Formats: sequence, structure tokens, C-alpha cells
Amino acid sequence: MEWFKKTKGGPLPQQKKEIPNGLWTKCESCGEIIYVKELEKALWVCHSCNFHFRIKSKDYIELLLDEGVLEEFDRELVSTDPLKFKDSKKYPDRIRDSRNKTGLNDAVTAGIGKIDGKEISFAVMDFGFIGGSMGSVVGEKIARAIERSLERKIPLVIVSCSGGARMQEGILSLMQMAKTSALLALLYEANIPFISVLTNPTTAGVMASYASLGDVVIAEPKALLGFAGPRVIQQTISQELPPGFQSSEFFLEHGFLDKVVERKNLKKTISLLLDYLTPQGS
Amino acid sequence: MNGQYLDFEKPIIDLEKKIRDMKDFASGESIELIREIQLLEKRRDRLQEEIYSRLTRWQRVQLARHPLRPHSMDYISLLSTDFVELHGDRNFRDDKAVIGGFGKIDGKPVLFIGQQKGRDTKQNLYHNFGMMHPEGYRKALRLMQLASRFKRPIVILIDTPGAFPGIGAEERGQAEAIARNLREMSRLKVPIIISVVGEGASGGALGIGIGDRVLMLENSWYSVISPEGCAAILWRDSSRASQAAEALRLTAFDLIELKVIDRIIPEPLGGAHRNNKESADILKREILKDIEELSLFSVEELRRKRIEKFRNMGVFLKENHLFPDKEIGTDT
Repeated sequence: MEWFKKTKGGPLPQQKKEIPNGLWTKCESCGEIIYVKELEKALWVCHSCNFHFRIKSKDYIELLLDEGVLEEFDRELVSTDPLKFKDSKKYPDRIRDSRNKTGLNDAVTAGIGKIDGKEISFAVMDFGFIGGSMGSVVGEKIARAIERSLERKIPLVIVSCSGGARMQEGILSLMQMAKTSALLALLYEANIPFISVLTNPTTAGVMASYASLGDVVIAEPKALLGFAGPRVIQQTISQELPPGFQSSEFFLEHGFLDKVVERKNLKKTISLLLDYLTPQGS
Repeated sequence: MNGQYLDFEKPIIDLEKKIRDMKDFASGESIELIREIQLLEKRRDRLQEEIYSRLTRWQRVQLARHPLRPHSMDYISLLSTDFVELHGDRNFRDDKAVIGGFGKIDGKPVLFIGQQKGRDTKQNLYHNFGMMHPEGYRKALRLMQLASRFKRPIVILIDTPGAFPGIGAEERGQAEAIARNLREMSRLKVPIIISVVGEGASGGALGIGIGDRVLMLENSWYSVISPEGCAAILWRDSSRASQAAEALRLTAFDLIELKVIDRIIPEPLGGAHRNNKESADILKREILKDIEELSLFSVEELRRKRIEKFRNMGVFLKENHLFPDKEIGTDT
């Protein structure tokens, strides 16, 4: 990478010109130039360094559920502005822009789907919607997904991707951690399996609630996982963070993850786990 | 902030000093001087009422952090007897940022859990400024499960600037420790009374914050993020914390409105630190009231109501017309 820095303003813009928009892309991790069609076929995983590009919630539906079909519930739930929160943008404007950009109504999509014929309650988060942050709508939709598991006695699978609680809804966002975790107590006691799938990134309020509470917790490789953000930690302790800190592999090493699973093996792995966790003859 | 008092407290402190000086000087002789003192005292009371009847959110945050504010251990000593502190998570170490142990309130045995801050630098380093590590959450859970097995109500005092953000905390699973507490506290079989006595910062507070009653002292705060953290994210400038405090709506009065807490516990005029004993007495009365009420429920009712309480939190709308349903997952 050194030559890259030295020739500032040199080859970089030229190179950019050579890449027609949308046909090629550069790996965020190793810098490899990859043909987008190839990348798509490889499920957005870099063939050179195995970096897992962030994908949308609808891509996970496609990837994990039979025929890529989710019977969606609670799509009509939308955020309001309980705090009348204003920073550089008014919160309702931020929501509207995210809705227009993503075509989603909030950062989680939930419903019923099947994995290898097994019916599950499924929820998947989307980082594109205000960083996948959890406000009242995300909390409510996750809560209802848990309740669907309870009512129908079907396993729960949640794919998380979130920077944490949504600041713009203040204390109400924090309470979504309590709300989802309290309902998971019921699922836990009912012995209905919950598989938590962590993707890049899953941190803070989401990591410190339902994402950590899976009976089995698995993650895609090299995802950023943790409670506090790396910048906050660095500022607090004013020392360098060790390499690989707060990655999936770090979590696995310290015993907070069952398994690191490559994207192409996710469905197969979840399917097997569901079999192992479902009592015979039920 | 100037040593032992806040800027907006200064006029009151100054008046009080003047009154004290005059009293020393007068020693009961001159009627004129006594009348002067009485006038000054009236002026002080008026001023105090005026200042404290229109506190901004940021001023309340400052009161919650007041250097003289009673801390968890002060309350435990003042409102209970025969306190026996218990230590450790049986796994890694004893986290000094949180105190746990059995004590008696009016003769009734309860388990206390309280986040503990220090009064000076040395004490603060010992208690890590009330910032818990994963082993602190696990210690608290161990003791709460003990109380649950032996049917003792749990009284929790929250006062933390946040869960500790550090390398060890992440290595030992800060997120998992908090998440597990949220789930397991929902399952406990005894009444749990939570009281935010100072600062209630984010997941660090919530990690011991699931209960049947959630109370807040008049000048405490409870929020998804500290005002400084919020300002740093919004404006990349933590000095705009006062502005962030307003935006976050983090006072007890805000949280009542947002239906997140059950009651506000009044403090003596001027804040809890103006009279520790009176503050503890008020808190004790409120806790006893809740213990009595909650003891009427069966274990199942208690747990169901607790889970329902948190399940119903949040505000959202239902809207059908804005985004016509597309079938999800079929790429067209």
C-alpha cells in the first residue's frame, strides 16, 4: 500500500476512471479489484481475502429462506418522534430519507419463513437504515417475532446488523433492550430454540440484548462485534487496541461465540442446528 | 463547578455563609441583627425555591453528579441495619464498582445491589468511578439469584456513568453479561425495586435495571447515552453536553411522561446532598411501600407483570399507505 500513498493524486483518479461505475468494485479489506458479477455470485465475499461485504436484509432473506420467501409481518409499523429530537437533521426527516433510500420502513424486517422446510420466525436487520439502530419499531418487531415463536412453537432466527440503540429515541431505545430480552426469558423457559446470527457490525445495545442471547450464537467472519465502540475504548484507556480486537474471531477465542460461519455455509449450518435443537417427534 | 458546589448553587451558598457569619457575630445580643438574619434567611429560602423550581435538564445532570451527593453505600447505611456485604462473581474477581449484600429495612431482610462511586480520586479508582466490568454484572446476578432462592426482595440503587469500556471488559463479554442480566432478572421470583439515585447511563445502568418498580430520584438522570457521549456523536464536541441533555430528555420528569418509570422520589430542597438523612428517609418510605404492595402478588403474577411492563415500552405508529407492500425477497 505504500506506493499508493506516495503517488497521491497520481494513479488513483486514473484508476478510478478505468472502472466503469457498477461493473467493478474494490475490496474494502485487501484492495483487490473485483468484477461485480463475480462478487455477486460469490455472495459478496472477496475471493482474494474472504472479506464479507455488507449485504442488505433482503439478500439474507434470499440467501437463507427457502425460495427466498418471507411472509412478512408488521411492515406497517413506523417510527414517530417521541422526543422531538433534532440534531443536524430532524428525526422524522432522517427516517423519511432512510425509508426512501432503502425501501424499508425501519431497520428490521420480520416474518415467517422456512429453512429446508422447517418453519421459523425470522428477523433480519439492515445497516442501511440509520446504521441498523434499534428504536421502538425495531424493538416492537423483534418482540413480535419472539411472540410468534412462542405462539406457533417454532424456532427463532435473528440476523443482527446494528450499531446499537437509536439515540434519537432516547430512553425508549434503551428500553427496547429490556423489552426484547424479557420476552426471550419466556422463549428460553419454553425450550424453543433461538439462533442468533451476527454480521458486521453488531455492537452496543443490540449486542448487549437479544443478539447475545441465542441458544447458539454464530457470526460471519471478521465482523465487528462488541459492547463499546473501539474509538470510545481507545479514548478511555488511551492505549492502542490489539490487532483483531472485537472481531468475530476475537469473540470466538474468548468464548462468546459458538462458531464463525462463512456466508456460503450459513443456511446449511442454521438448518443443522435447528435439527439438533428440535426434539424428536415434535 | 467550583470545589464543593455548583455554579448555580453559589448565590445560596454565599447567603448561607453570610448568615453563619452574622450568627457568630450576633450571639443573641442585638435585636436588629437578629431581624437582619431572619430577613436573610427568608431571602435564602426564596432564592432557593426560585432556583430549584426551574432547573434545566443540564442542571439536574450536574446535581446527579454533585461531589457531595449521597452514594449507594450512604443510602444503604442510612436506611438499613445489619448490612452484610457479599463479594465476587465466583468466576473472575470482585468488581468494586458494585456493592451487594443483605440488610434489613425496618427489620425486613432485603438484598441490596448498588453501583458505588468514590468521594475522592483514591476511592474513585478503587470503585472504578462506578463503572462495572462483566464480572460486576455477574456478581450482581449471582446475588440476585441467591435472593430469589431464599425469597428476599431485591433493592437496586443505580448510579453509574456507564459500563466500563475497556479491553478486559470486552474480552470477558461485557455485552453478554448485560444481556444475560436483562433476561435473567426478568425471571427472578422475588420483588425487585429499582431506584436511580444518581446517574443512569445506558446499558451500564439497565444491566441491573429490570424490576417490578422503577423509581427515580428527583435530580437523577437515566438515558440511552450520556449527554457528553451524545454531544460527541452529534456535534463531535462533548462540551455541548448541556444541549444534548435537553435533546435526550433524560430527567425523572421526562421519563414519567415517556412511561418508562413508575414514580419520582422527591429530594430535599436544593438536592439530596443538602440533607442525606432526609433523602434516605424518603427513599426508605418509598421502598417499603413497594415491597408491601409487591408482596401481595404470586410469583407467577409478579413475573408476568414484570415482563409485560417492559414489553409495553416504546412508541410507534401504524401506517399502511406510504409504502405499498412489495413482496420481499423476490428480486424483480
